[in-house]
Amino acid sequence: MATFNLNINGKKLTADVDPNTPLLWVLRDHFKLVGTKYGCGISQCGSCTVHMDGVAIRSCMVTVSAIGNQEITTIEGLSENGDHPLQKAWMEIDVPQCGYCQAGQIMTAAAFLKNNPNPTDEEIEMVMNGNICRCGTYSRIKKAIKLAAGSTS
Amino acid sequence: MTRIKTHIGRRAFIRNTSLAGGGLVLGFSIFNSCKPNDQKEMVVREMPKEWFEINSYLKIGDNGLVTIMSPNPEFGQGVITSMPMIVADELDVSWNDVLVEQANLDTEEYGWQFTGGSQGIRRRWEGLRMAGATAKQMLKEAAAQKWQVPVSEITVSEGVVTHSSSGNSAGFGELASLAAEMEVPEEVTLKDVSEFKIIGTSKKSVENHKIVTGKPLFGLDYPFEGALIAMAVHPPAFGLKLKSFDDTNVRSMPGIVDVFKINTLEEGFVRGFFDTNAFTELVAIVGTSTWEVMNAKKNLRAEWEPISDHSFTLDRFGTKMEVNVPRGLESTEVHYNQMNEIAGKSGTEARKDGDPESAFKNASTVIERSYSCPFLAHNCMEPMNFFAHVTDEGVKLAGPLQAPALTESTVAARLDIPVEKIEVELTRMGGGFGRRAYGHYAVEAALISKQAKAPIKLVYSREDDITFGIYRPSYHATYRAALDDNNHLVGFHVKAGGIPETPLFANRFPAGAVDNYLAEQWEINSNITIGAFRAPRSNFMAGVEQAFLDEIAEASGKDPIDFRLELLQRAKDNPVGEENDYDPERLAGVLKLVREKSNWGQGNDGVHRGVSAYFCHNSYAAHVVDVVMDGDVPRVENVICAIDCGIVINRDAASNMAEGAIVDGVGNAMYGALTFKDGRPEQTNFDTYRIIRQSEAPRNIEVHFVENEIDPTGLGEPPFPPVFGALANALYKATGKRHYHQPFYKDHSAVMG
Repeated sequence: MATFNLNINGKKLTADVDPNTPLLWVLRDHFKLVGTKYGCGISQCGSCTVHMDGVAIRSCMVTVSAIGNQEITTIEGLSENGDHPLQKAWMEIDVPQCGYCQAGQIMTAAAFLKNNPNPTDEEIEMVMNGNICRCGTYSRIKKAIKLAAGSTS
Repeated sequence: MTRIKTHIGRRAFIRNTSLAGGGLVLGFSIFNSCKPNDQKEMVVREMPKEWFEINSYLKIGDNGLVTIMSPNPEFGQGVITSMPMIVADELDVSWNDVLVEQANLDTEEYGWQFTGGSQGIRRRWEGLRMAGATAKQMLKEAAAQKWQVPVSEITVSEGVVTHSSSGNSAGFGELASLAAEMEVPEEVTLKDVSEFKIIGTSKKSVENHKIVTGKPLFGLDYPFEGALIAMAVHPPAFGLKLKSFDDTNVRSMPGIVDVFKINTLEEGFVRGFFDTNAFTELVAIVGTSTWEVMNAKKNLRAEWEPISDHSFTLDRFGTKMEVNVPRGLESTEVHYNQMNEIAGKSGTEARKDGDPESAFKNASTVIERSYSCPFLAHNCMEPMNFFAHVTDEGVKLAGPLQAPALTESTVAARLDIPVEKIEVELTRMGGGFGRRAYGHYAVEAALISKQAKAPIKLVYSREDDITFGIYRPSYHATYRAALDDNNHLVGFHVKAGGIPETPLFANRFPAGAVDNYLAEQWEINSNITIGAFRAPRSNFMAGVEQAFLDEIAEASGKDPIDFRLELLQRAKDNPVGEENDYDPERLAGVLKLVREKSNWGQGNDGVHRGVSAYFCHNSYAAHVVDVVMDGDVPRVENVICAIDCGIVINRDAASNMAEGAIVDGVGNAMYGALTFKDGRPEQTNFDTYRIIRQSEAPRNIEVHFVENEIDPTGLGEPPFPPVFGALANALYKATGKRHYHQPFYKDHSAVMG
């Protein structure tokens, strides 16, 4: 066990955990930030996606000891009032069915759009391939990303 | 106008102030309508100071806000929005004034709270309308009393009650307290379809904002102070059971509180239909955090031993039967050999019309094809999990369940307590697909909590979830068609079976459309457990039947849609037999609609089309699938879908569900497979179990509904099964190769590697 001071959603949070604990479980069990989901534990489904210094990572594969001072953003911290353009687009397009994977989908898309504000369909497909939606909302996810990007292509 | 007798109970006059107090709540429906780039602040609504409960489905606040309870468990099918829409329409309240709450399990108040079989809206249609109409009538009675005018002169619209000749008018909030004291009317008038204002429109999910902001909605997120985490170790293979375990390495690990064995179904217990379970003896590990328990689980040393042949009593909704479970470690290769062998013999006759034997003997052409599919795991994105807190005073359960009342009764029986001592909170489910009707994990959670004397949350890893059992069975079907000299279909023979159940529907199309018809079935016993998987049995039969019909049409030199329509015309005009369980006109209706919407027959270069149509779960769906080739890799470019499910409640959400069913169908047809080697599932997580991904999903899906005034008949399942057939038929056009065995692309490497 060791003490880790983490920068999560702009706040300093402290966890006393095994250094090998994946960030996912520190977020969920210790900080009660349960918006980040467990789906597979082996970085295959994308449900646990968060941002580390703005880059989308699978939090099930990053240990708490590897984070250091890097800034972590979870779905709870993506926007103050749930009004990030992607969150709004997700509601406008009425994307979710069960909703379980959607936080991960939004977090992957948010990091992507920051670097590529006007993506093509193919670029969206490639980056979103790492996020499984078992309900099959893929075409709405793509529409919502394009809406948020302001792209009509 | 329809007048119906009410059968809604008189409620004790309850002033529920627990949610009052002037707090603020998001006006979600208003917020949801904001355009993404609209920078205006979220609209907030003040909560009422007092709520007046009119009946078990709704309460009205003194400011006119209405809370509507959604009775059925939500797993992504959208009932938490569409069911309240039905109540709100009959109540005649503005949707912007509606709040929604998920009801907990309370069958006295809400009846059969079940999610499955595409039954939710169909079964609740009248009851939900009645709840709204009854409350509206009580508001009218209250207004009549207050204003001393005849109730027949009072009108209601958008939450406002009006008596025009006297000029009186009042909002629901002003009348709520008086309305709650009115007698429940014995009869109420329901709206005509033409009077609906909310039903048939598109309302966004009432939980969208919570979903996109990561609020705790799911069982796995269930917040309970001091809850411990538990995981359970089950045998690594079907055909094995727990022999012994050594927990010395585990108990000393950090965070581990307890390790013990549980037995979820005791010897002699008469199982209900959803008590399916291959692994009743488990080792439970209880600790303070998920990661610690996951690590401890890896270190548990357990020994397993073979099961012996055994049987148990199953109470199949009132009919008791003995179920035999064979010993042995089963493998997929052996399964297919067994199925091929038994398929070559006669099966058990399920239906026979005319003289099929002579028809085949005298045919000028006989076409025979065999089809198969593997087991499938449901793979709900949220793995199985459950919260339980068992104390002497009572039991608190919370988590994802499709059949909560049945699970509750199994928990009660196993704990030997009355159901009245159990409280079940229904959490939003991260997918279900049939899997969560089998609530063994709730029984496990309750037993672990009881033994650990603590509130616990049972968590399945993805590997636990995939390997525990309750799969879509592996099926096989052989079809034969007899054509005469004029290429008319004169004989049809289907023989279908599976491990361990038959998928046959003997009375579905083309039964009724062919003079000489034979349906046979067979089953092979197995110790691998199976369960309902989105459109059970139909999810195989639709695809293979529709692929076979495509071959008959081709051999007859007919257009595949014309060929089906001719058969359906025959089934309508002069049906063979009396047991046909589909409406030929409605089945023809979706085919005609999809023909029109897809511009069938006006092909584009490089676009290869396949069609299918199927009836199941009381509704009708037809698809046209367009495949394009990218080198040697097929890609589904478009799917045009036509559905007749009667009245559509929430139009865009209904489209969403059909779109999902189509993606699910393409994914499972192309890639879905769970195989076994010596009893062990060979796929244990998403690195080996392939789920369709973004770039593999159809690029464009169009969903069209047949416009009619038939009471709703169900939508969650019907669009799923026919996808397999339309896709197979399109792939044939694209590649010249017919696909007889699912998955179609088992050797194709996963995108994610």
